[in-house]
Amino acid sequence: MEIKNIVENITINIDGQDVDVPKGTNIIEAVKMVGKGKEVPHYCYHPKLSIAGNCRMCMVEMGMPMRDRATGEAILDDDGTQKIGWMPKPTIGCATNAAPGMHIRTNSEMVKESRNGVTEFLLINHPLDCPICDQAGECRLQEFSAEHGRGYSRFTEEKNVKPKRTKLGPRVTLDDERCILCSRCVRFSKEIANDDVLGFVDRGTYSTLTCYPGKELEHNYSLNTVDICPVGALTSTDFRFKMRVWFLKRTHSICTESSVGANTEIWSREGKIYRVTPRRNDAVNDTWMTDSGRGLFKSIDADDRLTHYTIDGVHKTPTQAAVAAAELLKAGDAALIGSAHSSVEEQFYYKAIADRSSAKVALVSHYDSADGILQSEDRTPNLRGALVTGLIDSLPEAELSAIAREINSGAVKTLFVVNEDVTKLGIPADALSQVKVIYVGTHANETSQGAAVVLPSLSVFEKDGTFINQSFRLQRFKAAVPGPSGVTSDFSVLEQVAASLNDEKPAAITIDVAWEYIAKSISQFEDSLRWRGIPDEGLALDAKAFLDIPFVETKNLKFDPVAFKEAHATPAGA
Amino acid sequence: MAKTKVLERKPLTFAEKTFIPQIIGGLKTTFGTMLKKGVTLQYPEERPVIPNNYRGVPTLVKDPNGREKCVSCQLCEFVCPPKAIRITPGEIDAEAEPDRAHVEKAPKEFDINMLRCIYCGLCQEVCPEEAIFLQDIFSLSGYSREEMVNNKAKLYELGGTLPDKHLKWDKKKAAESAGNAH
Repeated sequence: MEIKNIVENITINIDGQDVDVPKGTNIIEAVKMVGKGKEVPHYCYHPKLSIAGNCRMCMVEMGMPMRDRATGEAILDDDGTQKIGWMPKPTIGCATNAAPGMHIRTNSEMVKESRNGVTEFLLINHPLDCPICDQAGECRLQEFSAEHGRGYSRFTEEKNVKPKRTKLGPRVTLDDERCILCSRCVRFSKEIANDDVLGFVDRGTYSTLTCYPGKELEHNYSLNTVDICPVGALTSTDFRFKMRVWFLKRTHSICTESSVGANTEIWSREGKIYRVTPRRNDAVNDTWMTDSGRGLFKSIDADDRLTHYTIDGVHKTPTQAAVAAAELLKAGDAALIGSAHSSVEEQFYYKAIADRSSAKVALVSHYDSADGILQSEDRTPNLRGALVTGLIDSLPEAELSAIAREINSGAVKTLFVVNEDVTKLGIPADALSQVKVIYVGTHANETSQGAAVVLPSLSVFEKDGTFINQSFRLQRFKAAVPGPSGVTSDFSVLEQVAASLNDEKPAAITIDVAWEYIAKSISQFEDSLRWRGIPDEGLALDAKAFLDIPFVETKNLKFDPVAFKEAHATPAGA
Repeated sequence: MAKTKVLERKPLTFAEKTFIPQIIGGLKTTFGTMLKKGVTLQYPEERPVIPNNYRGVPTLVKDPNGREKCVSCQLCEFVCPPKAIRITPGEIDAEAEPDRAHVEKAPKEFDINMLRCIYCGLCQEVCPEEAIFLQDIFSLSGYSREEMVNNKAKLYELGGTLPDKHLKWDKKKAAESAGNAH
């Protein structure tokens, strides 16, 4: 049976090469599909924003096969092929949709000349302060000036003066002289962030980007305007003058702010993170992420970071601490407070530990208001992971008073806590002092201070792992920077705890070994699935078993719970 | 096997036996050189003349107004083959230095590790602000590794002030205060 494509493909000819593109594709995207790094240079066009067509950089030559007007018959060339009627002037690629038989020239003399002209005019009032500009190295104007510019200026008049070092909002700094008036930021604020604060005032070369009087660019998506700014006009106040981008190493990661699981890129140098930017994933976050999610990396350098394995406050080796934790759990009457902040791998081990020590498992929900875009109600990245690994089978409670009652009645004597401060979640400090606490977490808190065993854990930036987001998409993140010295990966320590509980010799666990177990024992994963085999854009899991769970997420940018349920309830292919 | 030819040694003549011609020949050279100008340099009391294009120790220079020229663009750090340069960029405090606020950026720290430096001059070549120059210092020593790392203060002390043809930031400031002509 043939699978019918919903989108019809049409054939166009780009620089003499026939290319199949979906109907409705514009020329910029069509040329991108040719591959081999072929690109129509552009500033104002952005695949996720409306088309403005104001930068005029994406000029291409366009022609259509000629037909006789009266008869409709094809007009043939001398060699028998249909004659192409080229338009006398170039057209912009972003606002030209591919039509059957369309011919495009992206590199003809006319196209080159128009690009050079546009570049020259853009540079007329550009300050050329690349040495102090944060965009240098990832600046489209810099790249295209090298490629299409003339290398010197014929402009002898004074350049325009515009406001510099303007604070547009709490997180964005504007240098108006560098602005090329592409209006990407204006369109983004209006269309994606739903906060139409930006606009141009004044005319001609004096056009200036400003906020609406009395307002600021302060919505939680303001830093996306910095990402999409093709020049250095909008810069991040936080990242300003911190490091040049060419020194930074990029690591693919996942934002932990909420169950949306925005795909991110961590920019680090020599073990220090400098910034976090969104990574394009059309199924999850398009090319956006929240401002609040970008600041999360700062907590990894906090003073209250847990850096040592301790037993009763005394520094020990990881193995000693793991064995001590296992001894406490073996005594029985244990409860495990898991976390939806843990990765799938860790939750898999918590499940194993809970099973082997027959501990009760509870999770705590972290719900907050959603913004309907990329911040969902569930402020944990991996609640679905806890369900898929079988750590829990229903939604978590808001607090732990049930566990507190069991502590008071003496039914729970050992508490295994993962990354939660239970003193703020319904277990008062005096109840906590009645039990032995094993604490696994990244930062110190009141729970960890009284803990019998502390196993420091790595943050999402320091370890490899996976999360499962709101739409049951398995997404992989990689370690960007090393963790505190001496702290080993969570699952290898947890393996030691789990093995000691079974009186086995712990295996040396890498993420590949861990996934051999995980893929085998979890039905949602194929047996051959490995961590390294998870594609960069994530893997949609079968969510049929969990459709009846009343998740709290409401509709946001890429997720509609009602539509999701319908799509997954009907079997694929029907 | 190669044939060995045995040369016959001639007996010395009478003049040769006295050694007098040889002594005279030697003294001729001695006295001749004694009267010429000496070629040896009495280093370290005497110092050689360093040509203008000499590549000595890299230094940071100030412009004729005594202002720091480096804007910490970190191109030298990037281009440096032995990774001798290490810069921590920083922002100029507009309130503390209002006359320099328009430059916005300056190095907070600037270290050149002279144990690593290979005197290639690429940092000077790449500098868009003409702030780093390999000048005439050629002898450098220290008692510890730390001493061989030139920090920002030391680099400016070694560099001094060089003439500037452009004064681009002064022009920028003048344009800013003049405003648009409309």
